[in-house]
Amino acid sequence: MRKVAIIGAGPAGIEAASVLAKYGVQVTLFEKSETPLKNIQDKAFLFPNFQAAQEIADDLSGKLLTDGITSAFGIDIADIKWQGTEWKLIDAKGQTYVADAVLVATGYQVFDAHRKEELGYGIYKGVITSLDMEQMIKHGKITNANGDEPKRITFLQCVGSRDEKSGNNYCSKICCVTAVKQAIEIRKQLPKCEASVFYMDLRMWGQGFEEMYRMAQEKYGISFVRGRISEAAATFDGRVQLKSEDTLMGLPLKMTTDLLVLMVGMEASCGTKALGQACGINGEYGFIKTVTPHLYDNDTGKPGLFAAGTCKRPMSIWDSVNDARAAAIAIKDYVDSLPQ
Amino acid sequence: MKIHAYPYNDFVIPFLIGTILLFGIIIYKYIRWIKKFSDEQRKIIRSNWYSWKIFPAIWEMFREGLLHVRILKKNLLLGIMHQAYALGWFLLILVGAIESRDAFYTLQHEQSIETVRELESQNGWYIYNTGENKDPEYLNQRRYRVETDEGIARIHYHRPFYVGIFYRYFVHKAPASFRQHQAYSNLMDALLLYVFLGLTMAIIKIFWSKILGMRRTTKHTIIDRFSKFSLWMIFPMRLLAESVTACLYGNGGFFTQAVGNLFDPMIVRGMETSVWMLYSLMLGVFFVTMPFTRYMHIFTELLLIYFRKIGVREETGKTGYTLFELNACSRCGVCISGCPIDRVLENHEIQSVYLIRSLRNQERGSRLKMIADNCLMCDRCTVDCPVGIDLSALRRQTRAKGAIDTTGNYTYLSKRQTPFNAIGRVAYFGGCMSHLAPGITESMERIFTAAGQKYWYMDKLGTICCGRPLQQQGFTNQAAELRQKNTDLIQKSGATMLVTSCPICYQSFKKEYNLNIPVVHHTEYIDMLIKQGRLKVRHDDRKVSYHDPCELGRGCGIYEEPRQVLSAVTNLQKTRYQREKSVCCGFNLGDTKLSIEEQTKIRNASLANLTSKPVDAIATACPMCKKAFQHATNDYPVRDIAEIVAENLID
Repeated sequence: MRKVAIIGAGPAGIEAASVLAKYGVQVTLFEKSETPLKNIQDKAFLFPNFQAAQEIADDLSGKLLTDGITSAFGIDIADIKWQGTEWKLIDAKGQTYVADAVLVATGYQVFDAHRKEELGYGIYKGVITSLDMEQMIKHGKITNANGDEPKRITFLQCVGSRDEKSGNNYCSKICCVTAVKQAIEIRKQLPKCEASVFYMDLRMWGQGFEEMYRMAQEKYGISFVRGRISEAAATFDGRVQLKSEDTLMGLPLKMTTDLLVLMVGMEASCGTKALGQACGINGEYGFIKTVTPHLYDNDTGKPGLFAAGTCKRPMSIWDSVNDARAAAIAIKDYVDSLPQ
Repeated sequence: MKIHAYPYNDFVIPFLIGTILLFGIIIYKYIRWIKKFSDEQRKIIRSNWYSWKIFPAIWEMFREGLLHVRILKKNLLLGIMHQAYALGWFLLILVGAIESRDAFYTLQHEQSIETVRELESQNGWYIYNTGENKDPEYLNQRRYRVETDEGIARIHYHRPFYVGIFYRYFVHKAPASFRQHQAYSNLMDALLLYVFLGLTMAIIKIFWSKILGMRRTTKHTIIDRFSKFSLWMIFPMRLLAESVTACLYGNGGFFTQAVGNLFDPMIVRGMETSVWMLYSLMLGVFFVTMPFTRYMHIFTELLLIYFRKIGVREETGKTGYTLFELNACSRCGVCISGCPIDRVLENHEIQSVYLIRSLRNQERGSRLKMIADNCLMCDRCTVDCPVGIDLSALRRQTRAKGAIDTTGNYTYLSKRQTPFNAIGRVAYFGGCMSHLAPGITESMERIFTAAGQKYWYMDKLGTICCGRPLQQQGFTNQAAELRQKNTDLIQKSGATMLVTSCPICYQSFKKEYNLNIPVVHHTEYIDMLIKQGRLKVRHDDRKVSYHDPCELGRGCGIYEEPRQVLSAVTNLQKTRYQREKSVCCGFNLGDTKLSIEEQTKIRNASLANLTSKPVDAIATACPMCKKAFQHATNDYPVRDIAEIVAENLID
């Protein structure tokens, strides 16, 4: 039986593993941490239908039980090498594994907001990231720096994406709709709390997104301001003072908010960067480079080495899952074409 | 009777014309430039007319004009090359003059009519007499008498100034009593060899400049190359001429005689005047081209050293002093090697040497503007320049946007100037950039509190820019407006000291303002607090590399204090390019022409230097540099010195 190694047990890795296992391929699923689906479990509800992230995580975990999947959690694959007929995987402890084909599904990490010091993350308590906000929503405890109920929450889009200075010129794709989603959640949980979103332009690309955006304005009264926040400062009562410009009005703007939520973008994860570099498939910004985005989006150009999910570029969960299925089929074709 | 012996040959004419034109043009130029000095600069010159400062000036002229000590210290081989040319040629002229003086003195004393007859038969001497002298006293001086067929006479040897240059042609055989003759010949040959050493190195430098420690050399214009060619030809021609003469008359030193012995006297006899003519021609060509080429620096540098030593400085606008600075540039190209725009971005057109050349050629228009604007103002070239030209000032002058009317533009600032009574307090000026790196200002507030120092955070709510970014871009009026506002604010507050966190503001407050209180950067201030025991800090076990910000290090010479503070709280690691050699972070406000990609490349080069050895954190003392590195990397924490100290405070 053919053996396939999948690196990364996120939505893409698990989905590809289950599809391949159903086709009768023997799959080993490597994951650096002890539990799968780390990133998805940080989330509360998912756009655009506000389904609980836990449900999706549970469904995906269920797929791990498919026959033919061996879960190898807590194993950090540091390097992979082509041996002429098969791939050799080497983990951080030096142990080796072999496989006929490898799927890289090492995923993303969020931009470290400390790098944008002018926004005061890590300096002012009132400045948090979208992940922190997701946790607050998840636990139903949205509080300001002093532990009180906030009166105003402000979102800032494009932190660490579409930003030449931090070297990430690309769009992270999911933050626009995430901010809309979170703002709606806040209004649902705290009807008295004002919410506003500072954006460059809102990219409502997916099905149902535009409707969500409209609902956010009409039903939930969330205000959207076109402009960047240039600088944040703490006030004496632990709130955050923002300096910005409303570029539609053409006016400078100063406002005070309880919480400033930085919508941090997606970056290639450390594992993605390291693996990409180790086997020479690293593209721009440390993401994995595929042959062409149109027809061979899972092929890396190396025999038997495939990639799926957010290790290639920012993606939503469903994009990742679909991409993983496509990758599974490509891998199946590849292992079938191998001489017996 | 008076017999005159006058050495002359037609071949001296090119040399004579060259010399006359050279000094004529140079003096004309110098007078014109001195007329353009500003009143302020004239006052300095006038009040220092009889100053003792002339002595250090002469000493420096000797050190820099002849020995080239500054280049020697930076780059031994390059220094030797320049020294061989300058000192070697200078000594050739000097020793040549002394030698001819001694020889003629001996001739004069000898009063030998035989020698005169011999000279008469030789080419290049004119012997004539001026008849009877009626004054009996004149001939009665015994020493100066010679008996000839026509009666008692006295021989006069004339020594025109060019004799020293062409000495061996005119004096084939030194008088027997001139015993030092051979020693002089050998000494002159040694000096000629010394110059040849420089010449050889210069030729090597053309093909393989790296041997001489230059990554890249200046691209010269046609006239510069032509002039250089004539300069290079002078010495081989001199060798040829002296060797031919040595071959014919045996009057050479160890080198010229050895070369001369290779020739056949029968063949070279007819060539003698021709080769001397070539030598003279090369001298003439070089002298005529000199005032119009980079070699104008030879004399101008000496005057520049004098002016600088007595205290003349560049001003905001172009003055006569600027012209001296422009012409003192030898286009040696030392400024090219260190320039990050050259080294990292491979842009070989905008370095200071080219800026100065464009300014000297009175270029205007887009090319000059492109050169002037594309510079980080990191001052790396200023510290490297062996002539000590104020290169950033020249760039600022070129960028000057002229007198733009700013009436009414800055009225809004008065509203921001809330007067504050800060008597007995320290004024703290964070600056615009520190507001974008609030970790620094927060740490400074903690440090003030920990030291028990009452302070006034003067720009906590509304910042008025220090003016330097405008100044750097040539908006002189506007910068002055801002400086005025800040000066008012500080003077009225009664604060005792001004502490700044941003080196850009620091340099501005220190050099462009005229405040009556001390101005310190926070690294100096923290250093002082620690030394006075007002700040209790612990020492951690992190390894930290320190980035010298341009404006703090090269700009204000603050290298020690940051290092002492860092050594007090953490383990400071040395890096390859540090202190004066520190690589700009690339995000300096000086350059408006670089794209972010280009800035990023420079930043990465600077970062590579800081992280070449394993470190736990990168320290700097400038919010701009901090942000530049912070944006670059997830791998290293980037901290200001103030933050590292605040982290290590013992409460």
